[in-house]
Amino acid sequence: MTTLLEVSGVSVTFDGFRAINNLSIAISEPELRAVIGPNGAGKTTFMDIVTGKTRPDEGSVRWGERQVDLLKLSESQIAKAGIGRKFQKPTVFEEQSVRDNLAMALRNKRGPFSVLMWHMTREDAGRIVELATEIGLQDRLDDRAGDLSHGQKQWLEIGMLLAQDPRLLLVDEPAAGMTPAEREHTTDLLKRAAQTRAVMVIEHDMEFIRRLECRVTVLHEGSVLAEGSLDHVTKNQQVIDVYLGR
Amino acid sequence: MVSTTPTDQPRPARRGLLHTNPSVLWFMGLLGLFTLGVSILSEGMGIGVLSTSMVKILGMTLCLCLIAVCMDVVWGYCGILSLGHFAFFGLGGYAIGMWLMYARTEIVIRDSLSGATIPPTEVEITDAVTAQIFGVVGSSELPLIWSFAGSLPLQLAMVVLVPGLLALVFGWLAFRSRVTGVYLSILTQAMTLALSLYLFQNDTGLRGNNGLSGLQNIPGALHVPQSVLSMWFFWASAFALGAGYLLFAWVVSGKFGSVIKAIRDNEARVRFLGYNVEGYKLFVFALTAVVSGIAGALYYPQAGIINPAEIAPIASIYLAVWVAIGGRGRLYGAVIGAATVSLMSSWLTGGGAPNISFGNYRFLWTDWWLVVLGLGFVAVTLFFPKGIGGLFDYLVRKKP
Repeated sequence: MTTLLEVSGVSVTFDGFRAINNLSIAISEPELRAVIGPNGAGKTTFMDIVTGKTRPDEGSVRWGERQVDLLKLSESQIAKAGIGRKFQKPTVFEEQSVRDNLAMALRNKRGPFSVLMWHMTREDAGRIVELATEIGLQDRLDDRAGDLSHGQKQWLEIGMLLAQDPRLLLVDEPAAGMTPAEREHTTDLLKRAAQTRAVMVIEHDMEFIRRLECRVTVLHEGSVLAEGSLDHVTKNQQVIDVYLGR
Repeated sequence: MVSTTPTDQPRPARRGLLHTNPSVLWFMGLLGLFTLGVSILSEGMGIGVLSTSMVKILGMTLCLCLIAVCMDVVWGYCGILSLGHFAFFGLGGYAIGMWLMYARTEIVIRDSLSGATIPPTEVEITDAVTAQIFGVVGSSELPLIWSFAGSLPLQLAMVVLVPGLLALVFGWLAFRSRVTGVYLSILTQAMTLALSLYLFQNDTGLRGNNGLSGLQNIPGALHVPQSVLSMWFFWASAFALGAGYLLFAWVVSGKFGSVIKAIRDNEARVRFLGYNVEGYKLFVFALTAVVSGIAGALYYPQAGIINPAEIAPIASIYLAVWVAIGGRGRLYGAVIGAATVSLMSSWLTGGGAPNISFGNYRFLWTDWWLVVLGLGFVAVTLFFPKGIGGLFDYLVRKKP
C-alpha cells in the first residue's frame, strides 16, 4: 500500500463562505474509503478540487509516485492521469446507446485525430461486453442510455468509470435512488473495483457504508473531523454531535 | 431507410460508412439524379427547358446546402450555435473573386494595349489594372493583400487558408476562455459584424461597398458562353456538396461523432472522461470554416458579385434558420432546409409567386416573405422540433 493521492492543507472560499477549510486527506492504492458528513461539509467540493473543476485558494494536491501537482492540470489531463469521477446525479449521454457511452469511456487515445480514425477492435468490443456484463446491462447495449432506469444509469456511469481504467475512482452517492437489491449489487461492484485500485465513496446511507466494510472519513465544515473504522467514528462524541445526533 | 444512430453495430468488425448510414447512399443517389436531370434540361448542355439563370440559381443553392451541412455539424452535432459561418463563406468568395477580377482585367488591358506602337512594360500593365480595379475607390496603388491576385493556385490556397486560419485563431481564443452557449453566439456574430463593417470601408483594399464584380467571367474561358459555364459551376457545386456530405457523414459517424454529440449534451462530463473539449470544438469549427470557404468560392462566380453586405450577420442567422427548419443533427435535414427555404425565398421575392388581393389591400410577397419565414420558424420550433427532416423518422418507423 502506497499513498496515491495526498491532499494537504487545502482551503477554498466561495463568496466569503469557507467550503473547504485546511483539509488534509490521503488515500492509498488499493484502498476502499468512505467519506461521510452532513450537507455542506464540503464532500462534493473536495471532489471538484481533486478533479480540477475548482481551484483551491491554498494547499496542495499530489498524485502518484512522482508527486505530480494536480492543481496545475486541466480536467481532461487529470482524467487521463487516472482519476475517474461519478457524479451525484447520473450523467450519461442519454441520446446515445449504452455501447457508445462505454466506447467513449474506454481507455484509448483521446486526441481528435486518433478518435477520428478509431474503429472498434475485437479487444474493445470484448471489453465493452465484459463491462456491460459486470454492470448487468449486457442485453441493453444497443438501447438509448436515456431509456434506462435510474439505477441502471447509475451502473452505466460506474461502468464508464471502470472502462476508463482509473487508478482512483471518486464516486458520489452511488446508491441514491436504488432498490435494496440494486444497492447490494453496487456494493459488490465497488468492493471488487477496490481490490486493484483506490476507490473513494461519498455516501449518506449508513447501512450502505457498513456493507462496504472500509475505513471512514468524516468531514465537517470543510475539514476532517474523524477517521477510522465505522465503529470507531460512530463512537466519536464530536461525530455524534454534528452528524448522527441530528 | 434512415439511421440516426450510426454506430449501433452488433458486430465489432469494421463496416463501411454506407452500411452504417444508409441515408448517405440515398442522398448521393438523389444528388446524382438531380445533377443528371438539370444537365439534361439545361440550356447549355441539354434540351433548354432550364434557363441559364435558373441553372445558376440551382448551382448556388447547392453551395448554400453545403454551408448548411457545415452549420449542422457545428451546431446540430457539436452544439456551437455559430452566427459567423457566412463570414467564412464570404471570405472564400473574396479570395477567388480577387483572382477572377484581377486576371480578367489584366487580359482586357493587355488586349487593348497590344495595338500600341511601343509594347507596354509589365509595370504599365500592373498600373493600368490597378487603376481599372481601384479607380472606383479613388486609389491607384495595388493593396498588399492583392499581391497574389494574379496567381490562381495561390488564391485557391487563400480560399482554404484565410477562413481556416481565422476560425483557428478566433476559435482558440473563444473556446480556451470556455465561452459557451449564447455568449459564444454573440461573439461569433460580433466577429461577423466587425468583418463586414471593416470591408465596407473603401481603404481596406477590397473596394469597400462596391465589392468585387464581374465574377461570372472566367479568365481563360472568356470565349465559353455563360450557358455552358453555368453548367461547369453547377457540376462543381454538386461535386463539392457530395464530397462535403461524405466527409461530414464520416466525421459525425463513429466515435468522433459520439464525442462531439456528448460535448453538445454535457461538455463538463466529457472533460472528466479525459477528452480535451476545446481541441474538438476547434477542430470542428475550423474544418467547417474551411468547407464554408470552399462553398463560397463556388457560389460567388455564379452570383457574379460579392460585397460586404453578403457577410452581414443576418446571412448567418438565416443559415441557422435553414438548419433549424430542415432538422438539426441530421445532415440531410440541413440540405432540405437550405434548399427549401432559399429556393422559396428567391421564388417568392423574385416575383415568381402571384401576389394576393384582399379587397383594397394587396399582399405583396416581397413585403411579407420575411414575416412568413419568421412565423414558419416559430411554428417549426414549437411543433416540429426535429424539423422537416424529422418526418423521415415516421416514414422509417412505419416500415415493417
